[in-house]
Amino acid sequence: MLNAVPAASPAPPLLSVQGLDVTYETGAQGFWGRPRAFKALEDISFDLRPGETLGLVGESGSGKTTTGRAVLRRIKASAGKIVFQGKDITNVSGEQLRKLRRNMQLVFQDPYASLNPRMRVIDIVAEPLLVHGLIRHVDEARDRITELLRVVGLPADAHDRFPHAFSGGQRQRIGIARALALQPEFIVADEPVSALDVSVRAQVVNLMQDLQKELGLSYLFIAHDLSVVRHISHRVAILYAGRMVEVAERDELYDHPIHPYTEALLSAVPVPDPRTQRQRKRIVYGGEIPDLVNPPPGCRFSTRCPLATAQCKQEAPKLTERSPGHLVACWNR
Amino acid sequence: MSVSAISSSAPLLEVDNLKVEFDTRRGLVQGLRGVTLSIGRGETLGVVGESGSGKSVTAQAVMGLIDMPGRIASGDIRWKGRSLFGRDGERYAQDIRGKEVAMVFQDPMTSLNPVLKIGTQIGEVLERHLGMTRAQARNRAEELLAAVGISAPRRRLDQHPHEFSGGMRQRVMIAMAIACEPQLLIADEPTTALDVTIQAQILELLAQLQETLGLSVILITHDLGVVAGLCHRVAVMYAGQIIETGLAEDVFERPAHPYTQGLLRSTPRLDEVSDRLVSIEGTPPNLVVPPEGCSFQQRCPLSGEACRKAPRLEHIRPDAEAACWKPSVPAWATPLMSPSMPS
Ligand SMILES: Nc1ncnc2c1ncn2[C@@H]1O[C@H](COP(=O)(O)OP(=O)(O)OP(=O)(O)O)[C@@H](O)[C@H]1O
Ligand SMILES: Nc1ncnc2c1ncn2[C@@H]1O[C@H](COP(=O)(O)OP(=O)(O)OP(=O)(O)O)[C@@H](O)[C@H]1O
Ligand code: SF4
Ligand code: SF4
Ligand SMILES: [Mg+2]
Ligand SMILES: [Mg+2]
Repeated sequence: MLNAVPAASPAPPLLSVQGLDVTYETGAQGFWGRPRAFKALEDISFDLRPGETLGLVGESGSGKTTTGRAVLRRIKASAGKIVFQGKDITNVSGEQLRKLRRNMQLVFQDPYASLNPRMRVIDIVAEPLLVHGLIRHVDEARDRITELLRVVGLPADAHDRFPHAFSGGQRQRIGIARALALQPEFIVADEPVSALDVSVRAQVVNLMQDLQKELGLSYLFIAHDLSVVRHISHRVAILYAGRMVEVAERDELYDHPIHPYTEALLSAVPVPDPRTQRQRKRIVYGGEIPDLVNPPPGCRFSTRCPLATAQCKQEAPKLTERSPGHLVACWNR
Repeated sequence: MSVSAISSSAPLLEVDNLKVEFDTRRGLVQGLRGVTLSIGRGETLGVVGESGSGKSVTAQAVMGLIDMPGRIASGDIRWKGRSLFGRDGERYAQDIRGKEVAMVFQDPMTSLNPVLKIGTQIGEVLERHLGMTRAQARNRAEELLAAVGISAPRRRLDQHPHEFSGGMRQRVMIAMAIACEPQLLIADEPTTALDVTIQAQILELLAQLQETLGLSVILITHDLGVVAGLCHRVAVMYAGQIIETGLAEDVFERPAHPYTQGLLRSTPRLDEVSDRLVSIEGTPPNLVVPPEGCSFQQRCPLSGEACRKAPRLEHIRPDAEAACWKPSVPAWATPLMSPSMPS
């Protein structure tokens, strides 16, 4: 079964993130204000095993994209450690960083904005090869690209056409072909199917699963759609306002959520089945996601949590293991 | 003729074989290719379908928002039995649009004026449509904000849109839409831009308003789950046409059109684990040169000779209609006669 193997495998992690913080500067607040820094991510830790998909879920602004970009070393970590294939890559630079980047690729959300409309498909897919100096001219890679286009299910004559000649799902396939060109082991897919219609979304999800099986890829799959994440992930991590609140094996997380936020989030997702949906109990918490520039002290969910106690408002809970592989950050659950 | 003389069992809104075209550089886009639907009092109709299928254009046509390069090519729209077209109809339409029929759009930021205070914007609607004084309008605006669940409404009246979160802005849009106590609310993807927990709050609000005000609601969405929770009936659109419609439970459990079946099967569910999604191969047709015959032909596993002629929306059961020559009940559907099947 496609989703069974890696979870239990004892192989060392491909990627290990330990206590990651990322800090952004905001614009000045008010005329006399000085620019301020705020922590978009605080104390993020997780492992990704070879051949595994970790679903990273959270609402808008929770820090999903920031996590993906930090792991790919596109933005700086202000604290913590990123270990890839056993090597600390938190501070590598220059030639080492370039080499590293060959092995980690990004697939973007927007299949329209992320492809240069003036480049032919073959140039788009070959670009990483050129940038990394693996070929000097596109023609050297023609066969390889034909093969890549076949692998991602694009028509053989796609080569010389421009992105506008393709549908959304096909453009996302072009983006995936480009990400695969360097034969990476690790791909950060940042909302790769969010912009696609359901019927096409399924095609791309299936493609990503097939490629994983064939090529042994590992994915950090970023999404806010919890239903899609359930289908593609082996394990799932939940972010809330820049902190990780829960991480577990997929079914464990969906069937036995522990954190009050995870519970509310799962209950809010509507199920396409009127009988079931009308009977589902929604846990609706009032209030808003806190402002990261002035976050509440202690647990960031404490402003909305019905279980919040005095301790929650003072001290941030750390992730602790509740059953093998199931980690939760909450004082009262 | 007074409007209230019409029997209350007549549908509130009827859209009848509506065709809308857009004259673009690519050619004449047939946005709507004969859409027929109706909605009764107190009813919630979900309109689903993928991008470009004609959901928004249908709503825009009802609200009189089809603009250049678009035009209504043929068909009719009736409100309480009276046409909105023709010279008489246009005057009638002006009277009811924004008052008896109101609309909520996907992106509240583009439909709110960023430089005006929220109270002023709601007040304007009330002064214009209901002839209230400024003071009356302010009091009513406060009540409306409270009705859509915004706390400290008095203080909020004096704030600007950017001081509101996305979910709160959508609440303000709903407050403005219900300001004139409409009988029909058309909501075009009202929660698509929102996070799922905020979406749940807005859907709860719509359900509550629907019940307390006896509103009819047309809810446009591409999220089948949203329809499942909220709608009595559902209409499935494909390539500018409604290809299946019926009671929500019925359509979800016994979809008859191969496209509806594919759509339901390819939608991943939170409450089910399958390691592989079923997908519909191919993409929707080009609406500049739509295919002859059934528009789903190129993607349909059942397509055959007969499908080269366009099927019309026809009753397949008393409460269900489909536009397909070979409507079928899929093997995975709940059988019609079984009293209750555990799934
Ligand atoms: N370049 C930046 N400069 C300053 N702040 C930023 C920057 N990028 C992101 N942020 C802020 O950091 C926080 C996390 O943003 P991020 O984009 O990682 O969220 P996300 O979970 O990917 O959200 P979405 O679902 O909307 O894509 C947000 O508060 C965002 O406004
Ligand atoms: N102003 C316009 N100019 C040209 N074509 C248009 C215009 N508005 C709509 N169309 C076309 O009409 C068809 C129906 O569009 P519509 O906006 O109703 O789709 P939709 O179902 O609402 O899709 P979405 O889910 O993306 O909102 C599409 O083919 C679209 O390209
Ligand atoms: S730590 Fe406290 S406030 Fe945070 S989720 Fe747990 S109970 Fe709620
Ligand atoms: S009419 Fe024919 S092609 Fe169209 S949906 Fe029915 S079986 Fe398929
Ligand atoms: Mg993001
Ligand atoms: Mg639309």
